[in-house]
Amino acid sequence: MTVTLTPVLSATWGSDKSWSLDTYTEAGGYAPLKKALGMAPGDLVQAVKDSGLRGRGGAGFPTGMKWGFLPPDDGGPRYLVVNADESEPGTCKDIPTMMSAPHALIEGVIITSFAIGCNHAFIYLRGEVVHVYRRLLQAVREAYEAGHLGKNIHGSGFDLDVTVHAGAGAYICGEETALLDSLEGRRGQPRLKPPFPAVAGLYARPTVVNNVESVASVPAIVDKGVEWFTAMGTERSKGMGLFSLSGHVTRPGQYEAPLGITLRELLELAGGIREGHELKFWTPGGSSTPIFTQDHLDTPLDYESVGAAGSMLGTRALQLFDETTCVVRAVTRWTEFYKHESCGKCTPCREGTYWLTQILKRIEAGRGTQADIQQLLDTCDSIAGRSFCALGDGATSSIISSVTLFREEYEAHVEQGGCPFDHAASALFEYSDTPATEEAHA
Amino acid sequence: MTYDETTLVSLTEDAAAIIARYPVKRSALLPMLHLVQSVDGFVSPDGIQFCAEQLELTAAEVSAVATFYTQYKRRPNGEYQVGVCTNTLCAVMGGDRIWDELSEHVGVGHDETTEDGKVTLERLECNAACDYAPVMMVNWEFFDNQTPESAKQVVDDLRAGKDVAPSRGPAKVCSFKQVSRVLAGFEDGRADEDQGAGTATLAGLEAAKGQGWTEGAK
Repeated sequence: MTVTLTPVLSATWGSDKSWSLDTYTEAGGYAPLKKALGMAPGDLVQAVKDSGLRGRGGAGFPTGMKWGFLPPDDGGPRYLVVNADESEPGTCKDIPTMMSAPHALIEGVIITSFAIGCNHAFIYLRGEVVHVYRRLLQAVREAYEAGHLGKNIHGSGFDLDVTVHAGAGAYICGEETALLDSLEGRRGQPRLKPPFPAVAGLYARPTVVNNVESVASVPAIVDKGVEWFTAMGTERSKGMGLFSLSGHVTRPGQYEAPLGITLRELLELAGGIREGHELKFWTPGGSSTPIFTQDHLDTPLDYESVGAAGSMLGTRALQLFDETTCVVRAVTRWTEFYKHESCGKCTPCREGTYWLTQILKRIEAGRGTQADIQQLLDTCDSIAGRSFCALGDGATSSIISSVTLFREEYEAHVEQGGCPFDHAASALFEYSDTPATEEAHA
Repeated sequence: MTYDETTLVSLTEDAAAIIARYPVKRSALLPMLHLVQSVDGFVSPDGIQFCAEQLELTAAEVSAVATFYTQYKRRPNGEYQVGVCTNTLCAVMGGDRIWDELSEHVGVGHDETTEDGKVTLERLECNAACDYAPVMMVNWEFFDNQTPESAKQVVDDLRAGKDVAPSRGPAKVCSFKQVSRVLAGFEDGRADEDQGAGTATLAGLEAAKGQGWTEGAK
């Protein structure tokens, strides 16, 4: 069965100067804004609730419900903050969205702000993507010049300013409360919740934090209607989403499809696993989601089905690895990432990721013992659910799932005193493997 | 502070423009640290003092923030920050090999700068371009689908003073200081420069066209 792709956000990415206001407007852009400004804000919130749109940044929380959590207007400011700190390993959807069609996000920001009663919105972009920042700065300037931003937008009486803010390199700032601390000019460390940002967010004021793709989906919902959106997807996972295929696949890239599509279907569109090889393991939603194998090729990629199969839909970052890949090497590297990015606030995460890295590097280098494998699981048990945020939990996902699915590969490293795989065979270019690279990663 | 008067005047003007973007002054700190790097090439002691004075913070408070983020450099940085992604996906696709060969070729390791001051090497964490693995970033512009040879060529060209264009992004890679000014939120007029959206970015759109999808029918 072939599932039809549904380019909505990505529809204009191939157009000439796709990032410009002119191109976006010619394709129908900013008509939804005018429609929205003629609606009651409460009706907009209800429409997004009815659409079933769920957060596209990983957690999958219903977007309209998040908006609805804001307390009643007390006359003070309330804020929209867009999380554009895309950094989860494997995740690469928001960057092309903002690079190729920044106005989809800006229009979503304006409509969302109008719906929730916000007069100053922020886009927090990771700092390591300077051309994306250029495009966003220009798009905001163009939107002001066209009267889509500023005072009394199109005669509606609604005022909105947008500030695009560049971060400075810290994965943890993708966690919404760390992002808020960072935006306030502090170290990006998560806050204890409650209070949630809806009650006390940016500058301790009511705040909605939404992912880029969630916000960019809003104009299309306003334009085409709730029924159009709910016609796509599955029972409780409505609409379309960007599926990012990377790794050992013939045509990696962004595939915008209804939620519930399967990896088998996506692979058919992407030309399959690279020629002469077969799928070994993959992440359904980035490195913080438990890994899957060939057994999950037909799992519908929606929130419920992926969850029921023991993982998470996350950011739909499908990192695909073929049979040449050493799972211990892959998991060790992810774990080093979490160690590096742990903000240090909570002891279980800070210390735990350090010890996990020590043990994994020992096993990968062939100096581990059978007891180390159990020690990994025990250490994971001391981390998961014991910190302010989910970074530590994410670190345990690939370890626990890989030990469960590929325990014999961990044991082989111990028994053989080294890695049984030829790393050169995994690379996308030819080279002959010369002495170990393991020590170079100091 | 040892800034000369002209520098201090322009820094102060820029700082005022940054501070005006936010309802609360302290939010200007991250862009101001980028601004300091655009002048000094790293977060200098002078720059820390300047930020502290502008934002009514202590130098310790500014340092505490500056040391948290990897893009803020504590030593004078090379003119080009060259990062090879060695997070899992890129590493497995060949990033580890690229790093090894590039590091040996240039003769410096992680967070080290060549003697000519041109290139600072870095092992990068995921830069959100996984569909173009293995990825290299130069001053935060995308160099997609790299090989050891292509990576070494880029670095050789940069050290030879040639203009180098990224795979996706502007017509040429700007210097570390120039890029830092953009990151402080000042446009440099290069937003319309383009090298194409990229094959992987458009892969789904192409596949949809293969199914008979047209833009008008969206």
